[in-house]
Amino acid sequence: MKESDWIMKSALDTVRLARHGKRPTTRDYIDALIDDFIELHGDRRFADDPAMVAGIGFLDGTPVTILGQQKGKNVKENIRRNFGMAHPEGYRKALRLMQQAERFGRPVITLIDTPGAYPGIGAEERGQAEAIAVNLYEMSGLRVPIVACVTGEGGSGGALGIAVADRVFMLSNAIYSVISPEGCASILWKDTGRTADAAEALRLTARDLRELRVIDGIIAEPDPGAHEFPAETARRLKKTLRHALRELLEIDPETLLQQRYMKFRTMGVYAGAASPAP
Amino acid sequence: MLSKLFVKCPQCNTTHFYSFFKHANYVCSHCGYHFRLDAPTWLKLLCDRGSFQEHDESLKSLDPLGFPKYESKLAQAEQHTGAKEAVMTGVAEIDGCPAALAVMEPNFIMASMGSVVGEKIARLLEYAALNKLPVLMIISSGGARMQEGILSLMQMAKTAAAIRRLHESRMPLVTVLTDPTTGGVTASYAMLGDIIVAEAGALIGFAGPRVIQQTIGQKLPEGFQRAEFLLEHGMLDTVVPRKNLRKTLVSILKIHRQRPYTQRPQYFH
Repeated sequence: MKESDWIMKSALDTVRLARHGKRPTTRDYIDALIDDFIELHGDRRFADDPAMVAGIGFLDGTPVTILGQQKGKNVKENIRRNFGMAHPEGYRKALRLMQQAERFGRPVITLIDTPGAYPGIGAEERGQAEAIAVNLYEMSGLRVPIVACVTGEGGSGGALGIAVADRVFMLSNAIYSVISPEGCASILWKDTGRTADAAEALRLTARDLRELRVIDGIIAEPDPGAHEFPAETARRLKKTLRHALRELLEIDPETLLQQRYMKFRTMGVYAGAASPAP
Repeated sequence: MLSKLFVKCPQCNTTHFYSFFKHANYVCSHCGYHFRLDAPTWLKLLCDRGSFQEHDESLKSLDPLGFPKYESKLAQAEQHTGAKEAVMTGVAEIDGCPAALAVMEPNFIMASMGSVVGEKIARLLEYAALNKLPVLMIISSGGARMQEGILSLMQMAKTAAAIRRLHESRMPLVTVLTDPTTGGVTASYAMLGDIIVAEAGALIGFAGPRVIQQTIGQKLPEGFQRAEFLLEHGMLDTVVPRKNLRKTLVSILKIHRQRPYTQRPQYFH
């Protein structure tokens, strides 16, 4: 896709592409990227969450742990997958397998595609907020490289819960936001008809996030998008992941953790000086 | 906010004399409703007189996204609350125990977390780690600050990571969740307390009750997402009525003032 096409597209067009029904899902990418993939299930505490898939395999000969939110391909599968909205047990499964990766020295790849963490009664009862908070805390100290890519929707805390990584990438038609444009429009203007305005205001496209220095790179999808060319998109994703992992596997764990800390520590924009001086 | 002769309880509509009400720690004597307090009132309730020293008071929010009406919203919040941002941080003594302290400002854009809140919290945690101070946070929040978009989401990762620094220096984080504590703040530092205390009746959750009701399309159970409900589900250490809160916090601070026995060679002499 040409650079100029990104500029012409409205933010709402990108939101629609990011949610496109034919867009490749996490399992599609895993099947294309990973050899000898074995899916691993369950959080060992409560249940197995079908909205989060995780497992082990090889990325070009390197053993990796890979995980991400899983949307369905049709209504029936989407109901089973809860439209890619994980419960606390999904985040706890992800954490269990990231810690397993740390134990055996495997790097972790996370693929993000979720409207958000599920807002429901059971999710609250079992501590949705705690599950995400603990993932943020543990990922910031995980002693193996973590590479994340937002492949579709990066919906708020539910996305970040598996996205505290050394490198964070986005596909060119993916979005990553603190709130959905619909939610933003209804809070701000009490009018879901203004979703397009909210999508612009939130600065949620890959380009915006690159400009805000929240992500490390954009993986260009072939025009008109990943839904038309899943194999080529997966090939480009694989190239980026391989390159990032090769770089990160050279770094010793202490330096890796210090760099990961500083990566997130320096995010944010404000005025004024620290007091007392550090 | 509370400077008048009478106050009316928003929960049961009972009218109280302000002076009695203040003496009751701003709790309705009729129904037990805990009024939301601003940061200066919390500091007065908790800290030894004159001991609080504010940190990073000059940090101010910018408008990095050019978000519609954010600048006027910030100016309005400043004018209405007299606060500069949605959190006040610093160091103080509480019954003689030194502690690093963060108090959220519930009326400043719903105590939402933008870049400044995240930065102040992270700096406080790093300061406490370096100076070996326990950290006490009085929390209330509507969540991440929408007007700063993805940058406010990233404050969740930043604050959670900074808690690791505190733990590396073996200092505790004590969080006090007050009404309401929701969204990105709950899903980062609020739920990462080594000891999590909540005020009686406080609404605590990830998603707000209205969002949940819209999603599932059914009525929510009685008492759902209240402090007592979270305690029952194992999500909190203790629920404390406000009149006992300072005493509880002082005990926690004193218990943690002892050096761990591994660092005390003369312990068994």
